[in-house]
Amino acid sequence: MRGAKPEPVQVIKQRRDTALRNLVAGIPYINFLGIQFDRRGDELTAVLPFQDKLIGNPFLPAIHGGVTSAFLEVTAVIELSWSILWEEMEQGTLDPRKLDAAHLPRLPKTIDFTVDYLRSGLPRDAYARARINRSGRRYASVHVEAWQDNRARLFAQATGHFLLPSRDDPTAPTPAPTPEA
Amino acid sequence: MADISPAQQFIAAIPHAKALGLQLEEIGDSKAVISMPWAPHLVGDPATGVIAGGAVSALLDTCCGAAVMSHPGAKGTATLDLRIDYMRAATPGQRITARAECFHATRSVAFVRATAHDEDSGLPVATAQGAFTMEGNAKKPKVEGKPAKSEGTA
Repeated sequence: MRGAKPEPVQVIKQRRDTALRNLVAGIPYINFLGIQFDRRGDELTAVLPFQDKLIGNPFLPAIHGGVTSAFLEVTAVIELSWSILWEEMEQGTLDPRKLDAAHLPRLPKTIDFTVDYLRSGLPRDAYARARINRSGRRYASVHVEAWQDNRARLFAQATGHFLLPSRDDPTAPTPAPTPEA
Repeated sequence: MADISPAQQFIAAIPHAKALGLQLEEIGDSKAVISMPWAPHLVGDPATGVIAGGAVSALLDTCCGAAVMSHPGAKGTATLDLRIDYMRAATPGQRITARAECFHATRSVAFVRATAHDEDSGLPVATAQGAFTMEGNAKKPKVEGKPAKSEGTA
């Protein structure tokens, strides 16, 4: 027993969940598609609840290929942004309480995005997870997988390259780490 | 610009195309032109008001599908693969216009390329290249045993 009592885990979790919610809520297009994000530690799962306006082929019916592509791209962008924020939260250089609608981080920009359509998107909820295969100082390569009922049966996957936002001042001294747990 | 109606129905019948406010400008001869107005709910970067890459992808995907549908004999299509390169941010407030061309089609596959411009006709905002399924172009019976895919991008 030494120093200040650590914060209850619920308080920390709630603060991080709020930061993620603010990040997502700040992007109108994500709201238009109705995409939500579940968080387990640093792992994110994007959820696309089915809505009629997402239909591309009313005869099947099937989710529009453009929606699938947008869902995968949004998942990749949020994954990248969150990974940067997460690192800063862990280092104690970012206070997640300061992340509100007026203070959102600058987002990565898509350079290219290639979608592989494996089967048609059925009229039901879809899920996606992104994996950052490489993230350097300026560029990142991200792979995303999307599925519906069965995690092993992907309906689409994609790979994209992104231009990362420049860190404010890379030469600035890093404040003494005050881990945010 | 022959035979407008089936492909025009194709756009009108797509709920997501309606949600994006897409407008069919031209279609025929394996080519299609479709535009999308700027709208606040399509913004991907609130700091700049630039339209989300995903919305531009949806526009390009629809336009490529329409180009395939306007290919002689095409009865249905679905996206197999689509690559999009984002050259620059679209100017906020401007309409984005996609132009797609199905430059080659076999009995079962259509190859398509497309560009998207805002109101500045110089450098495109984005370009796309993709492969689509081609249904109805076969002389022989269809090989695919999968559930029938009719019109529309899926």
